Amino acid sequence: MFRSSLAATLCAALLCSSAVAQQVAKPAWQGLGRAATAPELKAWDIDVRTDFKGLPAGAGSVAKGQDIWEAKCASCHGVFGESNEFFTPIIGGTTRRDQETGRVASLVSGSEAQRTTMMKVSTVSTLWDYINRAMPWNNPRSLTVEEVYAVTAYILSLAEVLPGDFTLSDRNIREVQGMLPNRDGKSSRHGLWLPSGKPDVTNVACMRNCGGDVTVGSSLPDHARGSHGNLADQTRNLGGLRGQTTATAVATAAAGKPAPEFAAVKELAGKAACLGCHGIDRRIVGPGFNEVRAKYQGKDQAESYLTGKIRNGSQGVWGAVPMPPTALQSDADANLLARWILKGAPQ
Amino acid sequence: MAVGSTAAQNAGDRVILDPQPHATSLGQPVAATGYGMPSKHERNLMRRESPGLTRVSAASVSFSPLQGMFGIITATGLHFERHHQGWHDIDPAQHRLMVNGSTAALLRRPSVFTIDDLLRMPPVSRIHFIECGANTGMEWGNVAVPTVQYTHGMLSCGEFTGVPLRDVLDYCGADFKKGRFVLAEGGDGSGLTRTIPMELVESGEVLLAYGMNGEMLRPENGYPLRLVVPGVQGVSWVKWLRRIEVGDAPYGAREEVMHYVDLMPDGRHRQYTSVQECKSIITSPSGGQTLLDRGTFNITGLAWSGRGKIRRVDVSVDGGRNWKTTQLQTPVLSKCLTRFNHSWVWNGQAAILQSRAIDESGHVQPQIRQLRAMRGTKSIYHNNAIQSWQVAAGGEVSNVQV
Repeated sequence: MFRSSLAATLCAALLCSSAVAQQVAKPAWQGLGRAATAPELKAWDIDVRTDFKGLPAGAGSVAKGQDIWEAKCASCHGVFGESNEFFTPIIGGTTRRDQETGRVASLVSGSEAQRTTMMKVSTVSTLWDYINRAMPWNNPRSLTVEEVYAVTAYILSLAEVLPGDFTLSDRNIREVQGMLPNRDGKSSRHGLWLPSGKPDVTNVACMRNCGGDVTVGSSLPDHARGSHGNLADQTRNLGGLRGQTTATAVATAAAGKPAPEFAAVKELAGKAACLGCHGIDRRIVGPGFNEVRAKYQGKDQAESYLTGKIRNGSQGVWGAVPMPPTALQSDADANLLARWILKGAPQ
Repeated sequence: MAVGSTAAQNAGDRVILDPQPHATSLGQPVAATGYGMPSKHERNLMRRESPGLTRVSAASVSFSPLQGMFGIITATGLHFERHHQGWHDIDPAQHRLMVNGSTAALLRRPSVFTIDDLLRMPPVSRIHFIECGANTGMEWGNVAVPTVQYTHGMLSCGEFTGVPLRDVLDYCGADFKKGRFVLAEGGDGSGLTRTIPMELVESGEVLLAYGMNGEMLRPENGYPLRLVVPGVQGVSWVKWLRRIEVGDAPYGAREEVMHYVDLMPDGRHRQYTSVQECKSIITSPSGGQTLLDRGTFNITGLAWSGRGKIRRVDVSVDGGRNWKTTQLQTPVLSKCLTRFNHSWVWNGQAAILQSRAIDESGHVQPQIRQLRAMRGTKSIYHNNAIQSWQVAAGGEVSNVQV
C-alpha cells in the first residue's frame, strides 16, 4: 500500500532531486571519520524491517517466553499483558474473527476504551524489533535472540494468535505475519509524508460575516479547571493579565531551604537514580517520598529500616515492581537519604 | 494598573518616592552565577507535565509555557521535552555516529564519526520550529485542558547548528537513486527509530545538529547529537543520534506502527504521517488568564507550517464571524515560528478570540469541525485546528470550541 501509493510521487521526486543533487558540490573532505568494522556494524545495525530484512536466524517457544515474561515483563505489563498500571495494555480488543479478516473490528466500532498494542500492530517485525532494542524497560538489550523470539511468541499466544505449543522462528515468522489481527488495518494514502503532499482539508480565508451564528460546542468541564494545579502560579504576573486561581497552593511538608545536613542529598539521589521511580510528592513507578514518609514517620526503627531498603533494594511492600539495590557506596549515604525522606524531602 | 491609579491619588508612587534597596546598596559581582539563570520573579514559567496524560515520567512529555514567551525563539531551558525511555547526559567523547546502508550497495563506505569529526565539517545554523505530532491531541474529541501550555506547548523553536546529512551521505558514498529512505536511530535505551524520506535529506535541510541557540544541545534535547528534520513532527528529530542507515524501503518502526499512527473513522491507522501542517495559536490572552481591566491589549501568538513560510495570519474577536489581518513580526522564515501581533481594545464584553494562519502553499488553517469531518475524533495526531479562547464579561479567558 505504502509503496504503491507513493510510487508515482517517488519517481517524480527522484528525477527532480537528482537534478538538484548534481548542482551541489560534493564535499571534498579528508580525514574525517573512519571505516566501520564488521563487528561494529553487527553490534549496532540491529533494525528489523517489515520485510524481515535484518532479522537474525533463531527460534523461541511460547513456553520459554512465558518464563521470561513472568520474570522480566509481567511486573509492568501484567501476567496476561493486560495491565494498565504503567503502560497501555498489550493484550485485548481483538478476536479470532479479526485474525481471519486482518482488520480489528473494535477499531471500527469504537467499542474498546483504549487501543491495545495488539489492536494496533500491523507488522510482527515491529514487535520483534522493539522488544529486541528496548525491552525490558529498565534493562534494554539484555535479551538473547532466542529470548526475543520467545517473548514475541508468548505475547502472540496471550492474544490467541499462536497456540501454546508454538515455536516462533525466522522460518515461520512470515506465516505468523499473515495471522496478525490488524495486518491490513493500515494506510499510507495521505498527504503528510512530504511537504509537497496535499492537505486533507483546507479552510476558506473569509473576512466578513463568515459562517452562521457562533455557538460554543465544547467548553472546559468544571472538574478540569483545577486539574493542572493553580493556574495563577503558571503565568507571569506582569502585563494586563493574571493567571486564574484554580487551586490553593499545597503547603509542602518542609518548605524553604533544605537544612545544611542535606546538602549532599541531590547528588546522592542522582547517583542512586531514586527520582526516576519516586516523585517528591507523587507516585511514579514506586511510591512518592511523601507516601513513604506518611507510612513510616514516627515509627520505631524507621530510619534504619529505610536505610536498609535503600541500600539493599526491596519488593512487595508497595506493589509488585521491585526496587533494585542502589549503587551507593556506604550505609552513611543511604542513611542520609532515609533521614531526608523522613524529614519530608526538603528541596 | 490598580496600584498606579491608587498612588496617583496620594503623594505618588512609593516605589518612586522611597529609595529602593537595589538603588541604595551594592549589587552582586560578575560571574556570581557562572551560568546565568532567570530572575527569581520568573518562576511561574516552567516546563510542566499534564497530570494524568502519562503514567511514567520517563516516558512522558513536558510542555513549554507559550503563554509567557516573546518573539520566536524558545528559551533553551523551556524547550519542551518528550522522552520515550528517559534522558541521559552522554559524555560526548564516548558518543559515536555510525553511517551504513541496509545493504553494502546502498552505501559504499560504512563509517564511524566522533563528535570531533562532526565539528570539523562545515556547518550551517538555521532557525526552525519543532512540534510533537501529538500537540493539541488532547483536544480532538472536545475541550480537555485549561491553558495554552497544555493545548499547544509541545512546540518550541530554536537556532540549530549542524552538518547537512546530505553532505555526510555524499562523503560516505550513498546511493541516492536506490536508497530513498533513511533510518535514524537514537542512542538511548529505547533506541528510537524513525524513517526519513530521502527527498528531505536531498533538500539539504536535514541536519546532524549539535548546537542549539549558540551552545551545545541540552541533554534533554539530545546532547551531543540529534537529527533536525524541519517541518516534520518532533519524533523524527531523533535525539542522542547514534546511527543513520540508508535503505530502499520504510522500516515500520514502533513509532511508525504502534504510536504516531492516526486512527481514521474507517478503523484504519494512517502510518508515516509526518508533516506538521499550517497552524497558529494566540498565546496571550489565552486560557486560564484573566484580563485585569478594559482598554488596550496586544493579541499575540505564533504561526508555523511544515510546508514553508507563513504568508498571513488573521485574527477574529467574535468567534470567527469577522477577521482582521495581523502584523507579522520579522523574520518570517520557512518551517519556523512566526510571531504575530494585533492591538485590541477590550470593551468589557464577552468575546471569542481566534487566529487563522495561511502558509505560502496557500493552505488555510482548518476549523476543528473540518478536521473531524475528515478524520473523526480519535485521530490524536496532527490536530492543526483553529483554537478559540472565550473572554467572559468578567475578563476570565477559557478554552472553548465553536
